[in-house]
Amino acid sequence: MAGGTGASSLINKLVIENLKHRWVRTVLSAAAVGVQVTMILTLVGLSYGTLEDLGRRSRGAGADILIRPPGSSIIGLTTAPIPEKLLDFIAKLPYVTVTTGTAVYPIGGTNTVTGIDLASFTRMSGGFKYLAGGPFQEPDDVIVDEYWARQNRLRIGSTTTFMNRQWRVCGIVAQGKLARLFVPLKLLQELSANTGKLTVIYVKVDDPADTQAAMTAIRKALPDYQIYSIEEFASQFTVNNVPGLRAFIYVVIGVSIVVGFLVVFLSMYTAVLERTREIGILKSLGATSALILGILVRETVVLALFGSAAGILLTYGTRWAIMNYVPGSLTQIIVPDWWPVATLVAMAGSLLGALYPGWKAARQDAIEALSYE
Amino acid sequence: MSESHPLIHVKGLTKVYKMGDVDVSALRGVDLTVRRGEFIAVVGPSGSGKSTLFYILGGLAAATAGNVIVDGRDLTKMTDAERTRIRRELVGFVFQRYNLLPTLSALDNIGMAQYIAGRSASSDGWFEEILDLLGVGHRLHHKPRSLSGGEQQRVAIARAIVNHPALLLADEPTGNLDTENSDNVLKLLADLNERKGQTILMITHNPEAAAYAHRIVHMRDGRIVHP
Ligand SMILES: Nc1ncnc2c1ncn2[C@@H]1O[C@H](COP(=O)(O)OP(=O)(O)O)[C@@H](O)[C@H]1O
Ligand SMILES: [Mg+2]
Repeated sequence: MAGGTGASSLINKLVIENLKHRWVRTVLSAAAVGVQVTMILTLVGLSYGTLEDLGRRSRGAGADILIRPPGSSIIGLTTAPIPEKLLDFIAKLPYVTVTTGTAVYPIGGTNTVTGIDLASFTRMSGGFKYLAGGPFQEPDDVIVDEYWARQNRLRIGSTTTFMNRQWRVCGIVAQGKLARLFVPLKLLQELSANTGKLTVIYVKVDDPADTQAAMTAIRKALPDYQIYSIEEFASQFTVNNVPGLRAFIYVVIGVSIVVGFLVVFLSMYTAVLERTREIGILKSLGATSALILGILVRETVVLALFGSAAGILLTYGTRWAIMNYVPGSLTQIIVPDWWPVATLVAMAGSLLGALYPGWKAARQDAIEALSYE
Repeated sequence: MSESHPLIHVKGLTKVYKMGDVDVSALRGVDLTVRRGEFIAVVGPSGSGKSTLFYILGGLAAATAGNVIVDGRDLTKMTDAERTRIRRELVGFVFQRYNLLPTLSALDNIGMAQYIAGRSASSDGWFEEILDLLGVGHRLHHKPRSLSGGEQQRVAIARAIVNHPALLLADEPTGNLDTENSDNVLKLLADLNERKGQTILMITHNPEAAAYAHRIVHMRDGRIVHP
């Protein structure tokens, strides 16, 4: 070796030097690729995070069985049509130890407030873990979970407004029990003109092994109602069960490929235009079309890889931003399973974008580029 | 190839550039024979077809008609891919504008020619010998833009000969250089020709440069003329 660069890495060196030479273009193109990757990972992370959270909170209620009104769907909200008197009726059925009912009312966006009967809810779930404050005292008291408190910058004594009323935060509780925002059941029923009506009834049985037997008994007594074991119910919170969500994710992936295509197309197209002489030089040295195409492909791969890495890092930023600045019950999780998918999507869009510029470069007339003029 | 055969044998070579509806006849029947080891200067007015002749001899352009044999190979019937091989294996180009890759160091520019030709840095001492000839020294690790024109052109010559081409084609190699740098470059070419037997065709406008050659070929209006 004569002190030069090893032969095989010379092409890589040229690729890196080319990218460094026009570093602003390189950084901007990689950033654009990164944004698409973040877009995909944030959407997927939000979908999975929010659904997992719903499932986890359902399990956290401590119930074994859940009863919903006739004709309702699992995801999607129905306000309270179950008569409250069923609570006592069900409590007398075999195996059943505790029943509690909730009313759920939408307060805008994807957010809801849940009305609970604190006494029976505590018996069912083992009670809230108060991080600050305590149970309801005044009629306008609201209990929030830590997540809701952080997103909405709430402390004990803070006021918050929904359902056209001002509420006072009396307790902040650990998350994971049914919902994020709780008010007394009676009050919510009144405010929503649903006195005596429930949205969901939760049932606890003496022994989880008796869940199926209890469900059979309840089904026999209430043939029209929807009766699920809590596991069955919680496991229904999947991307496939949210109408249109999977299609929406595919649309975003499609848009990402198109955006990546356009960005890399423009970036590589200008690169080829400004490098006609360099391409001519390589040709005069006997470089094949494949070699010249290969250089552009390598540049594109490096661009897409850097962009993807940046995009993955950026999802930690979007998670933080959603946690801190987006009030609502949306939860974003980091989805490493999807990192290769998002990277492949970025790669696909980028390589498609490099195709035409690469073809143009490979076909370019060397003489025109090399002549003195 | 037998050494007694000429390195280049061109007969009735024509070249027509098609520019839209207009045909430009750049070469109108060139005959030329070059023996191995010759150093030839090609002179003639601008537009007389000198560069075009070089592009065809070097496999950068296809001939329109005629015969072009270089080192026993008939270039006239070649595909693009075959001409690419010729550029890789048979010829080295030196241009007026140096044409080094701007993002690579001088040394890597030379290495790139080797890489493309599919040779690893040679073990025959040729690479070191070339570096000695260059006299660019430590500046080999610099990018072209921090080298003087004379240095860049010497690097370009090194790149052109690193793969032992049968033919070195230099298109106005001193056109951008001052007298002192011109002399250096011309001495380097003469040296290569004398010591290594390198066959060289050099286009030039400068009579002093042409004086370095064994033989001067005159071109005018796409033909070789005998003044
Ligand atoms: N790529 C090209 N396309 C069209 N015409 C060209 C091209 N290159 C050269 N020509 C024309 O061919 C003729 C010969 O050009 P060239 O070989 O460059 O001459 P020289 O090198 O002697 O100046 C000129 O008329 C020139 O305009
Ligand atoms: Mg010319």
